[in-house]
Amino acid sequence: MNHRITNILLVGVGGQGILLASEILSEAAMMAGFDVKKSEIHGMSQRGGSVVSHVRFGTKVFSPIVPEGEGDILFGFELMETVRSLPFLKHGGTVVANDLHISPPSVLIGQEPYPDGLAERIRARFSDFLLVDGQKIATDAGNVRAANTVLLGVVSKRLSIPQEMWMEALEKMVPGKAVDVNKRAFLMGQEF
Amino acid sequence: MKRTILSGNEAIARGAYEAGCLVACAYPGTPSTEILENALQYTEINSSWAPNEKVALEVAIGASFGGGRALCTMKHVGVNVAADPLFTLSYTGVRGGLLLVVADDPEMHSSQNEQDSRNYAKFAKVPMLEPSDSQECKEFTRLAFELSEQYDTPVMLRSSTRISHGKSVVELGERVTGLPQPRLEKNPAKLVMLPGNARVRHPVVEQSLIDLSKAAATLPFNRIELRDTTIGVITAGICYQYVREVLPNASTLKLGLVHPLPFDLIREFAAQVDTLYVIEELDPFIEDQVKAMGISAIGKEIISLCGELTPGRLRSAFKLPQAEAAPAETLPGRPPNMCPGCPHRGVFYTLKQLNAYITGDIGCYTLGFMPPLSAMDTCVCMGASIGMATGVTKVVSDQEKKKVVAVIGDSTFLHTGLNGLMDMVYNNSPATVIILDNSITAMTGRQDNPASGFTLMDDPTHAINLPLLCKALGVKNIRVINPLDLEETRRVIAEEMERFEPSVIITNKPCVLINRADIFQKGPVYAVDSGTCSGCRACLKIGCPAIEWVPAGDGSKKGKARIDPLLCTGCDVCRQLCTFTAIGSVK
Repeated sequence: MNHRITNILLVGVGGQGILLASEILSEAAMMAGFDVKKSEIHGMSQRGGSVVSHVRFGTKVFSPIVPEGEGDILFGFELMETVRSLPFLKHGGTVVANDLHISPPSVLIGQEPYPDGLAERIRARFSDFLLVDGQKIATDAGNVRAANTVLLGVVSKRLSIPQEMWMEALEKMVPGKAVDVNKRAFLMGQEF
Repeated sequence: MKRTILSGNEAIARGAYEAGCLVACAYPGTPSTEILENALQYTEINSSWAPNEKVALEVAIGASFGGGRALCTMKHVGVNVAADPLFTLSYTGVRGGLLLVVADDPEMHSSQNEQDSRNYAKFAKVPMLEPSDSQECKEFTRLAFELSEQYDTPVMLRSSTRISHGKSVVELGERVTGLPQPRLEKNPAKLVMLPGNARVRHPVVEQSLIDLSKAAATLPFNRIELRDTTIGVITAGICYQYVREVLPNASTLKLGLVHPLPFDLIREFAAQVDTLYVIEELDPFIEDQVKAMGISAIGKEIISLCGELTPGRLRSAFKLPQAEAAPAETLPGRPPNMCPGCPHRGVFYTLKQLNAYITGDIGCYTLGFMPPLSAMDTCVCMGASIGMATGVTKVVSDQEKKKVVAVIGDSTFLHTGLNGLMDMVYNNSPATVIILDNSITAMTGRQDNPASGFTLMDDPTHAINLPLLCKALGVKNIRVINPLDLEETRRVIAEEMERFEPSVIITNKPCVLINRADIFQKGPVYAVDSGTCSGCRACLKIGCPAIEWVPAGDGSKKGKARIDPLLCTGCDVCRQLCTFTAIGSVK
């Protein structure tokens, strides 16, 4: 049964809009006729902590959380958090990561450096790795804050969800004023 | 039928709406908070925040006794506060259906303990339902109100972080109609729990639980699913999903009602399977009762008493192979931190400088514990800081008494800190109390409270005047300070610590997350002049997420500070720490 479920992880830093992205993804999957479950921890993590959101869809989904080693796609909004969540991915899984560094408290106060060579560490284990400059593409689309939607566009190319469902989900979940920019960002992500 | 994706919390709010619920009341607490925030969209429900869980439950009880269906929600530790009314409510029973939703937090994602609320259902003699996805959250909520009225009892519904914050597909229904109109109706023999009346009620409660246990064997929320009968698993809630995922061929007895248990159904299931397992998170609640029936089962022998269950942990318990996973990398941690511009930061910096012994409390400011502030010495439960400060001063030397400072937020102070302050005055403790008044309940995500000036429904209301309140309690030394002014903050705290009688210091700057422009406005953004910056690191001692150390890059320990203009709120605290005047506002 497991092989018919698509397991996606969306990871990053509290405040980056991960919950909205995972909601758009879940909504689109439901509209495409799948059973969908999603799970994440909020609460304290909102205050700049690590955030991991699990989205699973397929014919019938039981557990809302993705077991380690079974993720199909790891969708990282921040590079260090992407590396932290690599154990969730299955062998041969896909990594789509935003090329963005956000320093955690210990780096901010100069206690330790932000780790280097992160992209190389990902590539060494997962050959299907896309490093996306989400900020730049989102800026080109009209708003740097749409970086998440750019990444969602990149990921959408790997999923069997029809285009109209993505558009409908974006219209439903994104606040009115921002819909057009986000649709543009999504399409530019698909062209990446 | 309309299909939509809802979190467990959203689905519970929807279920309450569909059940014809009229009143919903709560004190916010992760992971339960969003239930009330979502009940708000249904204008038929009167939704409100109470100052604490005990009051929230009492409001719901009143609504029920008046004849309306009422919902009360809280996190697991909230039941400790609400336990007093709960234990007698089972004796009085209800008029309008009453549902108490309690959201547990196995793994303590946002809590100070991981107590298992099912024990409360048994202890307080209250039936408890446990849903395993959002659809069941909605259905069980509707059902709970019906059971409540049918069996004349409050009903509890137990959620958990994975259920409350997990989302899944839900089919929506319509709101029930034709419920009796609430009106006053006296019934003192049932509602006045004097000993004579309570003695009459207790056997009724016991009989009602026996009746429900029998009926539960045939009710659809408890069901036997026979597959391969070599392994049979009794399970409930989120654990059911993990069992179906990891042991897809095992037979299951899925319990929707976890108290009272359907003993007849358990016997029937046990007789049909070769080896019986009980899979549950935290305490062996079901397992102990199954074993007490003389049925042999395996449970806590393989499943931990601590933390949450996951498909991976369940697989380990059954010695099943795990998927191959990349090894975890060693990386800097990313713990939560106070926001840039948070008015609490300067207070904790100052307390550390003054070498205070800080009895802490529950809220964003508990993050004062984190380095580099590292300024919290105790944290036990909501409101504990003040009573504990009094207690510490009862045993240590006079010199050490002066070091004791209780730190508590506005919402937590009104929750249960108030009684601690009464005691402090009444029994003349020399400790100092700092009320960090940021005009909101922020750790749970900016909920209003009796001192914030707004209700949950966003209506303006009276805001409690904290200095006047403290004065009324008999505090003679009350100081209101601007916590963003470090000189004033240090001077006042030092003076009050030195004073050998009760004193209260109240900070007066709002939370930076408040989105009402009349309450919080961002100041001009600050920047570091890299030519003037000596690299002394003084500004890093407050741990502001907007200030970053930029190493010189030559392998030395040298470097400069930099302020992220997108994160800076212009609070001015870092400028006051810079002895080289390298920090200033941009324009």
